[in-house]
Amino acid sequence: MARNKETLLLLIDVGPSMHNALPEIEKVCFSLIQKKLIFTKYDEVGVILFGTQDTNNELTNEVGGYEHVVVLRKIGVVDVDLLETLQPLPRGTHSGDFLDAIIVGMDMLIKKYGVTNKGKKRLCLITNAICPIKPSNEGTEDDQVTIIADKMNAHGMKMESIVVRGKLIAEADEKIMDENDRLLNIFSKRTRAKLVHVESPISLLGALRTRNISPVTAFRGDLEVSPKLKIKIWVYKKTAEEKFPTLKKYSDKAPATDKLATHEVKVDFEYKRVEDPSTVVPPEQRIKGYRYGPQVVPISSAEWYAVKFKPEKSVKVLGFTDAGNIMRHYYMKDAYVFIPEPGKTKAILAVSALARAMKEANKVAILRCVWRQGQGNVVVGVLTPNISDRDNIPDSFYFNVLPFAEDVREFQFPSFSNLPASMQPTDQQQEAADRFVQMFDLAPPDKEEALLPEFTPNPALERFYRYLELKSKHPDEAVPPLDETLSKITEPDPELISQNKSVLDEFRMAFNLKENPKLKKSTSRSLQDKPSGSNDRKGYALLPAPSANPDTNENKSSVKVEEIGNVTPIEDFEAMISRRDSPKWVNKAIAEMKKRIFNLVEDSYNGDNYPKAVECLAALRKGCILEQEPKQFNDFLHHIFKFCQEKFLTCFCEFVASTQITLISKTEAADSEFTDEEARRFLGKPEPMME
Amino acid sequence: MDLDMDLDDIFKDDEDDFDNDFYQAGNVDENHFHIALSCISQSLKSQIINNSYDEVAICFFNTREKKNLQDLNGVFVFNAADRDQLDRPTARLIKEFDLLEGKHGVDSMYGACPVEPLDLLFNKKFCSKDETETCESFMKEIGSQYGIVSGSRDNSLYNAIWVAQALLRKGSAKTADKRILLFTNEDDPFGSLKGAVKMDMVNTTLQRAKDAQDLGISIEVLPLSRPEEEFNISLFYADLIGLEGDELAQFMPSAGERSVRADIIVNNNPYHPVWISPWSILCVTPKVTLLRFSCLGLGGTGVIKSLKATERSFICADTGALLQNSTKLFYSYKNENIKLSVEELSEIKRVSARNLRLLGFKPLSCLKDYHNLRPSTFLFPSEEDVIGSTCLFIALHRSMLRLERFAVAFYGVPSRPQLVALVAQEEIVKAGGQVEPPGMHMIYLPYSDDIRDNEEARKIPGVVKALEEFKLSIYGDHYDEEIENAGDKKESEASKKRKATSEIAVQEYAKYDWSKLADNGELKDLTVTELKYYLTANNIPVAGKKEALISKILSHMGK
Repeated sequence: MARNKETLLLLIDVGPSMHNALPEIEKVCFSLIQKKLIFTKYDEVGVILFGTQDTNNELTNEVGGYEHVVVLRKIGVVDVDLLETLQPLPRGTHSGDFLDAIIVGMDMLIKKYGVTNKGKKRLCLITNAICPIKPSNEGTEDDQVTIIADKMNAHGMKMESIVVRGKLIAEADEKIMDENDRLLNIFSKRTRAKLVHVESPISLLGALRTRNISPVTAFRGDLEVSPKLKIKIWVYKKTAEEKFPTLKKYSDKAPATDKLATHEVKVDFEYKRVEDPSTVVPPEQRIKGYRYGPQVVPISSAEWYAVKFKPEKSVKVLGFTDAGNIMRHYYMKDAYVFIPEPGKTKAILAVSALARAMKEANKVAILRCVWRQGQGNVVVGVLTPNISDRDNIPDSFYFNVLPFAEDVREFQFPSFSNLPASMQPTDQQQEAADRFVQMFDLAPPDKEEALLPEFTPNPALERFYRYLELKSKHPDEAVPPLDETLSKITEPDPELISQNKSVLDEFRMAFNLKENPKLKKSTSRSLQDKPSGSNDRKGYALLPAPSANPDTNENKSSVKVEEIGNVTPIEDFEAMISRRDSPKWVNKAIAEMKKRIFNLVEDSYNGDNYPKAVECLAALRKGCILEQEPKQFNDFLHHIFKFCQEKFLTCFCEFVASTQITLISKTEAADSEFTDEEARRFLGKPEPMME
Repeated sequence: MDLDMDLDDIFKDDEDDFDNDFYQAGNVDENHFHIALSCISQSLKSQIINNSYDEVAICFFNTREKKNLQDLNGVFVFNAADRDQLDRPTARLIKEFDLLEGKHGVDSMYGACPVEPLDLLFNKKFCSKDETETCESFMKEIGSQYGIVSGSRDNSLYNAIWVAQALLRKGSAKTADKRILLFTNEDDPFGSLKGAVKMDMVNTTLQRAKDAQDLGISIEVLPLSRPEEEFNISLFYADLIGLEGDELAQFMPSAGERSVRADIIVNNNPYHPVWISPWSILCVTPKVTLLRFSCLGLGGTGVIKSLKATERSFICADTGALLQNSTKLFYSYKNENIKLSVEELSEIKRVSARNLRLLGFKPLSCLKDYHNLRPSTFLFPSEEDVIGSTCLFIALHRSMLRLERFAVAFYGVPSRPQLVALVAQEEIVKAGGQVEPPGMHMIYLPYSDDIRDNEEARKIPGVVKALEEFKLSIYGDHYDEEIENAGDKKESEASKKRKATSEIAVQEYAKYDWSKLADNGELKDLTVTELKYYLTANNIPVAGKKEALISKILSHMGK
């Protein structure tokens, strides 16, 4: 574990211009430290702040200068206290000089490790780089930066610079900004440094890789273009799903006094015979088998091994095809990246030549890959060129697995042009859609691309780890609502919506969406049961909310309710009965609600609709009391009970009786014919009332 | 195991029309009966693995022999032992069915058959000439005969539909999808008849088909065209299966084995388009599940009995006590066990209340090749819940295609809420059918946590120069040469280093009088590094402890 131990120095700009971004930086640093605590707890971390009022670093003491740089924490193994140290970060008062901070950081690393620990030393600079750096005494700034960069190389340090820009900072002098960017670029050119610009809180959260996963090659060897031409390559995974952490089952059986208790749960599997469930079949009497129709074909492990396909390890080019022949949606799994073997100039040249030629000719290669010797599942996939736009990164390929014939499901769907005219958009609707697609632009040319996958953190994971921290302090805390920044990943950007409100409204008005009143309960149920998770409410979901308020039901909130739908009957009813533009609405609402309840009871299967029906009934009762229409409700209740008795649905009556729904009595509504006593009795003894 | 899997297929075989095949002696591939048989056989084999709870019956019509519950002429229900007529496919059924097909038998039989006009009685004398067992078995047990001939009141097609319908009586139409697949190459089964008899026969047959359809049984015809004469669906079968207008024009007769097979697979997946209902059109084919069975008496008589679904028991690791289903989970954090309940976990994952939420649009170039995690899902509009959704979907679809943009949406499924790219897919129709249906593909995008950063790892200062040189030369005269040379392996860093150490070793080696040291037993006074000089200079492996090194040196010297 300790082998991959990494030392990280955080250089954080806390100057006044950074104050806006600091809350997000606190979060990202927190999550960085937290992941280290969980996954790589032997890593070492140091924190340097710059732009502070105070000065506290060794270099100042030794040689002077380097003002407003504070070593908040010396390099040391990551621990829980560090989490507290960073929450909150102190707000600075001076403009920070990132170059000073880098030098202080390098000095700390060199003093601690010298030239050892190569490649495991990382500087992470978070700044907005809008403040000028101090003029240098000797040589130009460029020379100075070059010297620092070379030194960084010599000591095998890596640097990551996250430059906060855009909405996150106030206006700044463009000239200084450009100059600073140029200096930072020198680092990225000359050293193993990464430079990213972020413009939104989301991308700031995503920009810093909080968990370091050391890359492992999936394959090292030859990319066989033909038996005579082989290129040395290394294959890495480019994407791999970061799974939600698995939690262990907790056992509370151990006495509280037992400090060494693991509280773990062991899972024990027992196999029993169908016809004799009392005896357990021991392992030596078990054999694996395949189901073949109603029969079972037993296969011993020796047989299974004998028929197993054991191909030779190889990566071969089967041929080339036009890029257009491979549809994007054929990509099956996570992607791989093929890079030329590091240090082999010829391999770099060959990969680059091939990649550029493929790009030029708009071709892709089809590959057959066996990553490991004897690995049964051969993959066939597509190799696409990835032309590097940076001088110091060689060209490479991306590889995606393609499906076999068995993996493809060929569903036939009607052609859009064959659909009836009522489903075809009119020109006006089409225009509205065009504008909508154009204006809801997440990648405007002059700005940062929003929700770029590279910079978008997984909100569920982030939420989990934050909740974990919360729980560790307050074990009984409930799950807090989703963080504001993270919720921007799941919801449309309110700013974008307000900017394009007219377009959105036009688009929404152009299309008349309404719920299908004929929807049968049975079909919708069968759809919901599908494992694919299809849901009948998706139609709404595709439309962004009209306002920043995500809680309003977008279609309902703006359009006046004219009928009671299936999905939200109670809300519809309440909306309709409270309409005051015409007196007819009260009666219509009551009538519709009655119909709806009736349908629910009638369509119910084994009482699965009863809870909903009773909810509606309660709403109706409330509405009738409010509008002083007790007769309507009382008659209806009688009617439905009578109906239930005729149809042998008495269990509904019992269900209603078990709730607090009674007839409306005189005390609740003066017009009622029933006293309290009668109202209560009605449900208790329905028979005498029903004759 | 589901209970609604009685997807009942009746494969019907019309083996009366061998007209053309008789002309093509020996050409098995073109033989219609053969195609139908092998198609059914293939389909059975995939069905037994994929949908083994589907039930199937095979019934031939226009046969000489009859075997059916109603005792109708010209209809033979093929079955294997231990099996209801309409039942799940069994290995035995497939085996016996394959025997029917029997390559050699049928093959040579057709070869031997003389040119004969349309009425196709299989002559007994040809069969007896052919001694092939399989052929015999088919001929003996079933035989073939042209059923509908003038002068006979028998209507084998009518009978066949009746038998099929009776077979399909099993199971309710609500839970089962009942279908009759009809294989034929005779587009006009009543062609040999005339006048009122024909009208009568046609009408009763159509009525029978309609009755079946009213009972929730769908009839599909898989016509097999003859090479010089296309199967004319409009002569009779269009009425039978109720094709009209456009549908008729779209009905494509399958000319060959391949497309017939494809049809069957497609037809096994009836779709119910739902408003943007996701369809996994790509899936990782599920591996055939290995089940555990008990094998009693491993020595000889292996009685295989299926085991009851495994019984799991949870045992407390500390006390050994048996636990009831516990819902508490924990995660180690800060050297503590943080307890979380299942409800809390699902609450954490519920980051979005909505299922699929549109966030905006991006140009297609923003969708990189590595922005992929899982097989994509297909979206198609449905009017079932929200009227007007198809219209809106089509408008968006067209705009996205025209503007070359894709939509970014948040897909809030509880299992893994994530960002998705919706890429509009234009319909692609090639000869013979729809290659890509119109709709949108939902591509699952990775988060920053899911993307590995390899660029840093491969960024080597010093590559710059090589690359720049290369870029100059790449499209120049020496382009081919570069590629050719690229295959040559260059000396690696490691081998260089090895070479250097061996050079040093040779120099150092010369400084010692090795044999004298060995004689005096002074080798043990040298350091390991010094010992290694000897070994390296003499190309002996340098691995091992000091003692091992000394003994290696001694044995090399022959001492």
